[in-house]
Amino acid sequence: MTSTTAIATARPAARTPRLRILPGIGITGQIAFWTVIAVALLAAIGPMFVQVDPNAVDLEYAYYPPSPWYPLGADASGRDILSRLIVGSRTALLGPLAVVTMATFLGTLLGLVAVWFGGWVDATIVRVIDAIFAFPGILVAILATALFGPGLLAATIALAIAYTPYIARIVRSAALRERNLPYISALQVQGRHGFAISARHILPNVSGLIVANATLCFGLALIDLAALSFIGFGVQPPTADWGAMVGGGMSGILQGEPGEALAASLLIVITVAAVNTLGDRLVQRSENRA
Amino acid sequence: MTDTSSTRAIATRRTTGAAPNDTARAARRAPWGPALAFLARRIGGLLGTMLLASFVVFGALYLAPGSPLSFLTQGRSVTPEAIAQLEAQYHLDQPFIVQYFIWLGGVLRGDFGASIIFGDPVTSLLAQRVGNTALLLAAAAVLVLVIGLAVGFFAGLKPGVLSESVMALATAAMAVPGFVAAVVLMLVFAVQLGWMPSYGMGEPGIGTLQHLALPSIALAITSIAFVARLTQNAVRAEMKSEHVQTAVSRGLPSRFIVRRHIIRNAAMPVLTAAGLTVAGLIAGSVIIEQIFQLGGLGQFLIDSVQKKDFPVVQAICLIYVATFIVLNTLIDIAYTLLDPRVSLGKKTS
Repeated sequence: MTSTTAIATARPAARTPRLRILPGIGITGQIAFWTVIAVALLAAIGPMFVQVDPNAVDLEYAYYPPSPWYPLGADASGRDILSRLIVGSRTALLGPLAVVTMATFLGTLLGLVAVWFGGWVDATIVRVIDAIFAFPGILVAILATALFGPGLLAATIALAIAYTPYIARIVRSAALRERNLPYISALQVQGRHGFAISARHILPNVSGLIVANATLCFGLALIDLAALSFIGFGVQPPTADWGAMVGGGMSGILQGEPGEALAASLLIVITVAAVNTLGDRLVQRSENRA
Repeated sequence: MTDTSSTRAIATRRTTGAAPNDTARAARRAPWGPALAFLARRIGGLLGTMLLASFVVFGALYLAPGSPLSFLTQGRSVTPEAIAQLEAQYHLDQPFIVQYFIWLGGVLRGDFGASIIFGDPVTSLLAQRVGNTALLLAAAAVLVLVIGLAVGFFAGLKPGVLSESVMALATAAMAVPGFVAAVVLMLVFAVQLGWMPSYGMGEPGIGTLQHLALPSIALAITSIAFVARLTQNAVRAEMKSEHVQTAVSRGLPSRFIVRRHIIRNAAMPVLTAAGLTVAGLIAGSVIIEQIFQLGGLGQFLIDSVQKKDFPVVQAICLIYVATFIVLNTLIDIAYTLLDPRVSLGKKTS
């Protein structure tokens, strides 16, 4: 009797976690994950529901307080803050997404190539990675702005180059551990091509770690891009963007009208906190599984 | 009572007695050869990275759209003498690689050429501003090391509701970008409360300290949180370790265990990571200087990018990168040479 109840209760308990989309990241990780989903949805479908032109200037309504017409108030040019936040979420999130996608692709490629060929190829790649690592992302982006003028494109490419070493180092050290395992030698003895082994066996085994660290890089890239837009080197006016909105709200801060800067700051902090927590949990998870 | 104190005394004598013996033996065992070879390798790596970095900073001139000369002048109406001066400064009649080495030779002698906007030597323009940047970085570094390490150690040593909430706060603080912290601090303490000035460096002395308070906190806040979390984790890990558990079960006084076993073992990796974090403050200081108008190198860098004064941009980028590399290498060397557990063998990066 007792044993059957034990089995009966044990089964659903074992099954419930499988219902979750992303198991093994804990409650905090789940909260972070769903917050990230919510912010992504805001950027994906939010702008469809915006009825007001986010760039419509109406100086009569400058710093208009929160009201049915302006749910979060208006900025210094009388533009609706809420619709600018929603539309700005696209620029604020797509920039870092592009940075992380490029950096992850390049970093993974460099890391796998370094590990597979070893020798002088590895040494050269490591030396180049170290040199790029010496350039903080913000500094590369500022240098790029000096060369190509302000804009999101130059800043994004510059940050992607600056973030490549992070991913490359992690892929290299993880792939190095895999490379020395017997199954790789077994595949090599069977005459499999190095490219096939790297792409079909090593890469899938280190992909969890890559995704986890790419998530962490997303948070850093979001901060860097927002900071660049904040000082006017990234997204150019009148395009709405969270970082640019904090920058635009600076004059409001000094006049005691902090609404715009605070609202945009809050969204940046929530997004970065969620992304960082999720990234931390994913790194833990992939370390636990390894 | 006498029993425990005598065991303590013996235990203390045993451990303190063993320590000098061990160090003496270690000193006798440690040959200087590997240490010097390691130093040479690290400094060689440092010079290699610096050379590559300087090449990138110089070569950037050729990445820009248009010819180097038109990029440097940026369509400004420039006198023929000024053009001749720019051509001479960058040796534009020479092949690229020769230009680079002439430029590098100048940089090594402290000559970064002349500013296009001001006409003055870049070096003297930077010399007027480097002090403010150094003050900001020093103030932020002190905050990171003092507050970050202290909070981390206490939160690690005294688990409980207070330490958990402090760590949760630190995790949240890590998500706050420096410029957001700067905006909020300025709003609360400069605009609303009026306790602090919002711009500039103020009079030397107390005035400067007051003007640096908000910028250094804004710059340091993420790193304080990071170092606190790191320290807490390291202390927790030490407390769970076998030798600390053994010391606890032997009834050694907790002050002694904390000082001799926990802090000593946790200190090296924590100080290394904290040092690297402090080196990382350099990049963040650019934005913070711009917000608070501190008149340092960072603000000058942004100003020069806006005014398209490329010689100044090159010089400041190179100085920042070089400082970052030198700090990193020094911390790495100190860590490896001071911690006897780190082997001097071939270092895998």
